[in-house]
Amino acid sequence: MFDQVLQFLFSGITVGAIYALVALGFTLIYNSSRIINFAQGEFVMIGGMATVFLLGAGLPMPLAALFAVALCTLVGLALEKLAIEPAGRASVVALIIITIGASIFLRGVAQLVWDKKLHALPPFTGDAPIHVAGATILPQSLWVLIVTVFLVLALRWFFTGTLLGKAMLAAADNRDAAQLVGINVRRVQLLSFALSAALGAAAGILVAPITLTAYDIGTMIGLKGFAAAILGGIGSGPGAIVGGLVLGVVESFGAGYVSSAYKDAIAFVVILLVLFLLPRGLLGGGSAERV
Amino acid sequence: MCARRDLLGLAALVAVVAVLPLFLPNRYFYDVAILAGINAIVCVGLNLLVGYAGQISLGHAGFFGLGAYASAILTGRYGWPPLAALGTGAVLVGALAAVIGRPVLRLKGHYLAMATLGMGIIVSIVIATEDRVTGGPDGLAVVPFQVFGWSLKGEETWYWAVAATLVVTVALALNLMASPIGRALRSIHGSEIAAEVMGVDAARYKLLAFVVSAVLAGVAGSMAAHYSGFITPGKVGFFHSIELVTMVIFGGMASTFGALVGAAVLTALPQALTSLREYELLVFGALLMGTMIFMPRGLVPSLAALWRRGRA
Amino acid sequence: MHRRTLVTAIVVLGAGVAGALLPAAAQQPIKVGAFLSATGPAAFLGDPEQKTLEMYIEELNAKGGVLGRKLQLVSYDDGGDAEKARTFTKRLIEQDNVDIILGGTTTGTTMAVVPLVEQAGIPFISMAGAVVIVEPVKKWVFKTPHTDRMACERIFTDMKARKIAKIGMISGAGGFDKSMRTECLAVAKNFGVSIVADESYGAQDTDMTPQLTKIRNTAGVQAVVNPGFGQGPAIVTKNFRQLGMTMPLYQSHGVASKQFIELAGPAAEGVRLPAAALLVAEILPDSDKQKPVVVGYKKAYEARFKSDVSTFGGHAYDALMIAVDAIKRAGSTDKGKVRDAIEKTKGYIGTGGIVNMSDKDHMGLDVSAFRMLEVKNGSWALAK
Repeated sequence: MFDQVLQFLFSGITVGAIYALVALGFTLIYNSSRIINFAQGEFVMIGGMATVFLLGAGLPMPLAALFAVALCTLVGLALEKLAIEPAGRASVVALIIITIGASIFLRGVAQLVWDKKLHALPPFTGDAPIHVAGATILPQSLWVLIVTVFLVLALRWFFTGTLLGKAMLAAADNRDAAQLVGINVRRVQLLSFALSAALGAAAGILVAPITLTAYDIGTMIGLKGFAAAILGGIGSGPGAIVGGLVLGVVESFGAGYVSSAYKDAIAFVVILLVLFLLPRGLLGGGSAERV
Repeated sequence: MCARRDLLGLAALVAVVAVLPLFLPNRYFYDVAILAGINAIVCVGLNLLVGYAGQISLGHAGFFGLGAYASAILTGRYGWPPLAALGTGAVLVGALAAVIGRPVLRLKGHYLAMATLGMGIIVSIVIATEDRVTGGPDGLAVVPFQVFGWSLKGEETWYWAVAATLVVTVALALNLMASPIGRALRSIHGSEIAAEVMGVDAARYKLLAFVVSAVLAGVAGSMAAHYSGFITPGKVGFFHSIELVTMVIFGGMASTFGALVGAAVLTALPQALTSLREYELLVFGALLMGTMIFMPRGLVPSLAALWRRGRA
Repeated sequence: MHRRTLVTAIVVLGAGVAGALLPAAAQQPIKVGAFLSATGPAAFLGDPEQKTLEMYIEELNAKGGVLGRKLQLVSYDDGGDAEKARTFTKRLIEQDNVDIILGGTTTGTTMAVVPLVEQAGIPFISMAGAVVIVEPVKKWVFKTPHTDRMACERIFTDMKARKIAKIGMISGAGGFDKSMRTECLAVAKNFGVSIVADESYGAQDTDMTPQLTKIRNTAGVQAVVNPGFGQGPAIVTKNFRQLGMTMPLYQSHGVASKQFIELAGPAAEGVRLPAAALLVAEILPDSDKQKPVVVGYKKAYEARFKSDVSTFGGHAYDALMIAVDAIKRAGSTDKGKVRDAIEKTKGYIGTGGIVNMSDKDHMGLDVSAFRMLEVKNGSWALAK
């Protein structure tokens, strides 16, 4: 019995870590510009797909991964420069539609440049499952978890310990005030997109060995990442981790103990209940909606 | 508030709708027009919530789908008359919206988006899973719409049915927005706290907009089910919800005609882009981005502003 | 002088008249309409179908066309959406005036257009799997793939031979998955098999260990069946090995392609599934009647598209060839005559099997067209 519970827990951690990593990307851009970037899932897709094709072209894995992240960073920069910046001080909903348009556009390009098939990436340290008290977990899942935690710590240091990080938070909090104290808000926003794209690409490379990758995985992964970010409290790094893990575990236990057909519905019901009781998510991060 | 402008707009709509069939060479074109009309009905309703009241709903396809499946199941499995099924579906959808609307609308911004998103997804999962009743992912066939023995069949007949419903919906929406309720909704959009200070019961009006838009979506869903003769969970899902919100924002928020134009353009556009084959997604995405960047208030308000500037 | 002018005038006039008449005499192309899911969740199936149709129509035209007329493909991508499929079918019938329709990658898109083709009276050959497409038989609707019921029967026959009586089933949320699951639940008892565990997963799920753990812990389970296609079955297979489950795992014909083995990796070793002979084309015995057809298609497809052949492309090939053959036999593109000719297809050797249609059977394959395959050393082999 216990080994079954443990297996469900491990499964929850596996998917939860993936959600957490994607949620971090949402949180990063939100913290720097109050924008929800619906193309975040596509950054994850680009990371995975680019690596697959670079590997196929003969590059060794570390180089392929590096170039993939660089490529995705460029895409993030282009997105900000060409689509977000020209929109100026557009309304929240207009920006949502722009990022949705961007995600469709990126999917269309991926379909042309690469292909429509599913691809796999080799895991970092092999496929042999680790056995713990009768349950198994893949080494790749632990990598995802470790990297996510590391990234949260790194981002926390960045935002609270460096001038640039603090400038980013300031720009998001109050754009005009930040400009008044000399912060180049345009450059800060650009940087946040670049960083988030790099993060998304890294996530894509990390999770592709578990989830497989294709030109259209961005949508679902983006959706779950967004849900995890909101559940944990948008704008909070630890919130992204907590939201991701909770979402993953609820799904897994829902599948195991209630009904596997309804596990996603169960997860969303839980999210709704949490939001009704705690309207700003589990860790309540981020500023209140300005009136 | 220009009552005259609204009447002119309505008259123009009636004129366009009456004259359009002359330009529709065959049933395929009628089909696209009908689908655009059905989408327009949903969008005009959704615009009340998103455009005027300033809320966001990423789950409206759920209401659309519930209306469609209610009609499909009640008429198909239980032999109900289609009109009664449509009415029942509308009532059920309205009741559901009233019940979950209260807690959901207390949320704001991205949290509200997430809650409505979750709602829509839950509905689509239930519909796709309960295959014994709903036919599952492969969907259900739907009987034709019949009223007192007369069958509503054929693209030409459906065109007039949808057009009539659309005109009535637009008239209702314009009327609503011109009334004190409309002013209350707009004040909530401007600033919810200020509105409350002025004595507007924000929660009640938001709920009203939510329920009205849900019922309109449900009715449109029932019509779509009977027209297509077929319904699948695809129409209940997340993608359709995003499509609907995109149509409203693309066409122009806080503009009933904007929502209508948005629905018409974004329904017809994929048909026009088929010749692009592999490039269709790319071009569609680029068009969406381009329009929102250069016309951030949406197509109709931006074009209207240009027109006014041109005349000045 | 005058006579020469007269003769010249007559020749010029004659040439002019002939020149004016010739275009009128030139044949209209035969329009083959198609709606496929080349993008979207069923792209894995629709993309090879699209490519196959394009490639073979080109080839047929290069050889002179059919009945002296060129073939013209008018195809649309419905993205897996039944509503779009309907609109495109209307477009094909009303706007493009096609002579025959091939398509419907998924059961959902196929069933949505059935009323349209029945009403318009145009022959329609579907490439989707579910048995409801041809049962009950509809006048104008045919299909080329094996039914999902046959897949279940083939699997259960194999299980009976291996003395497997209790199994677990894990399926996805898609139409194909659910339809095959329903069929398996219905016919299992005919083979002495009872399904004691029944789990499912979502289309884009990335970890199925909870569901597999539940199946593993159900008493008496001797084997597992996974109806599905896309990434789900590959992940199920990987999770299966991760959990250390050694009992037999059966996949469905939804993953009948080399790509499944690539995606699942070493975990795929030993997995069995029912599939058309196309997957094992080269290792078929030379006496096998299907060998020339499947080897030919495999070589041509792989050479042109640099990617592994799949049975879905094979279904498109069969649909096109049956259609062309029927048009030839009917001697015209008259829709009624072509329909009758399709119904009379006998002994057609395709990638899916040997097709014998009748007025009661609009698919024409029997269970023997399905071979039981097993993954051995990273590629498909015939199971013993």
